[in-house]
Amino acid sequence: MSTQKKTSIDLRGWVFPLALIVLWWLATNQNWVNTRLIVPPGKVIQVALKTLSDPLFYQGVMYSIGRDLSGFVLGSLGGVLLGVLLGVSRKADLFIGPTFHTVRQISLFAWLPLLSSWLGYGELSKLIFISLSTLYPVALGTFEGVRSVSKAHGEVAKVYCFSRTQVLFRLILPAAAPQIATGLTLGLVYAWVATIGSEFLLANWGNGLGNIVIKGRATFNIELIIFGMLVIGGIGVFFNRIAARIEAHVLRWRDHRS
Amino acid sequence: MAHAATLEITNLNKQYKVKGETLSVLENVSLSIKPGEFISIVGSSGCGKSTLLRLMIGLENDYQGDILLDGHRIVGTSLERGIVFQEHRLFPWLTVEQNVSLGLLNAPGSDADKKASVQEHIELVGLKGFETAHPHQLSGGMSQRVAIARALVNRPEVLLLDEPFGALDALTRNHLQQELQRIWEQEGITMILVTHDVEEAVYLGDRVVVMLPRPGRIKRIVDVPLARARDRSSAAFAAIKADVLAEITDKPSDALEPVLSPSKQFSDFTFSW
Repeated sequence: MSTQKKTSIDLRGWVFPLALIVLWWLATNQNWVNTRLIVPPGKVIQVALKTLSDPLFYQGVMYSIGRDLSGFVLGSLGGVLLGVLLGVSRKADLFIGPTFHTVRQISLFAWLPLLSSWLGYGELSKLIFISLSTLYPVALGTFEGVRSVSKAHGEVAKVYCFSRTQVLFRLILPAAAPQIATGLTLGLVYAWVATIGSEFLLANWGNGLGNIVIKGRATFNIELIIFGMLVIGGIGVFFNRIAARIEAHVLRWRDHRS
Repeated sequence: MAHAATLEITNLNKQYKVKGETLSVLENVSLSIKPGEFISIVGSSGCGKSTLLRLMIGLENDYQGDILLDGHRIVGTSLERGIVFQEHRLFPWLTVEQNVSLGLLNAPGSDADKKASVQEHIELVGLKGFETAHPHQLSGGMSQRVAIARALVNRPEVLLLDEPFGALDALTRNHLQQELQRIWEQEGITMILVTHDVEEAVYLGDRVVVMLPRPGRIKRIVDVPLARARDRSSAAFAAIKADVLAEITDKPSDALEPVLSPSKQFSDFTFSW
């Protein structure tokens, strides 16, 4: 039995997916399955290369990312404002809080029939859906962060005669930053899910990655569907990596020992 | 040198309402503090010494009586009165330099002057070279020194210290006591230290105010006429320390204890014969 030395990159995580791909190839090669449904990996690669050379594909990806970012920015701004308001003002929390916490529990997808009835299947309803998906986790993270600011630090602010603006920007927001960052990271994930979701469920044959996948389904192009899924997942991973990097940099003052 | 303040406390009374009942935390506390003096306040838990400090800094405001700084009644917090808490209470997302600068955030003066003052005070507490460190990189003693620098940087007229070394180990505590004395001699401001450590109180104070609990009141003010720097092992020091300890434990040292407990009498006993 060979003992595997742990190198700087642990390749053991690749064993399982590679084994699955080999199994997949074998299954299609040996006709164990219906190759109309479970298409061979070779064909997926063919379609992938063909799509990657089509400028319309990149246009679609750009549209999707554009929607995602617009919705994310809008939802995040709203979420931070709402979270700060509920956290800082007792009155706001008493009046608006219960409604917020109740509405939050309505599944996001339940909003879609209402949105499509009121606003149709265009850009606006997609944008609102993506913004809403982002708003909830960001608002919640911000609220909890603001609430967790310690009384001890509040007294320091009093001793040094901080104005209300100074308390907000120099104490509350920095102190709440870790929880706000968690909310934003979650919001980023939700935003991408909502982007693809809105393209599937508010489909209007417009531009976007989701629309490409739908076209694949309509023409029964399974290879395109699988390729589309891989791209969607890849972009999601990419966003999360960037978000983690930014978070680590902004929060570098934190004690890594704890 | 900062300007030192006179602090006059006259007939200070404070009550807390606990479950409908009124609890007297401070009763008729009167104290007169001269400019540049170092006052130590000692007492066991619950004697109101921390409350007294919080009233002086302006974090608590509901009281009867007078607290006058240079003849003016104090209202809320102000940059003229600084405080060092038992926990350092530094902002973890700021560097040492930025934390100390907080003290000057709302103080008048040019940015250049402020920067110079911050640097001066970081060196005063012996932390030169640590300006860009974050609190999580510092030890407990170092963090508390940053807190002291922050409290002194805007040159307050009086510095209050609420058990500042209570959370530190004995060696660091000893070292910081000496540092605090050095800073006091150098800056010349009035300092008021609250502690439960009698030795610390006698080592640092010109006078030691002994407080008793329930209700919180001043029992006696003990003078410490020893020259600085004080020798903790000297007989004079030990005598004053014993004096203060006796006051805190409220034991009359020359009392005669009755040999028999007066509650039992001959008629209480039942004999078998």
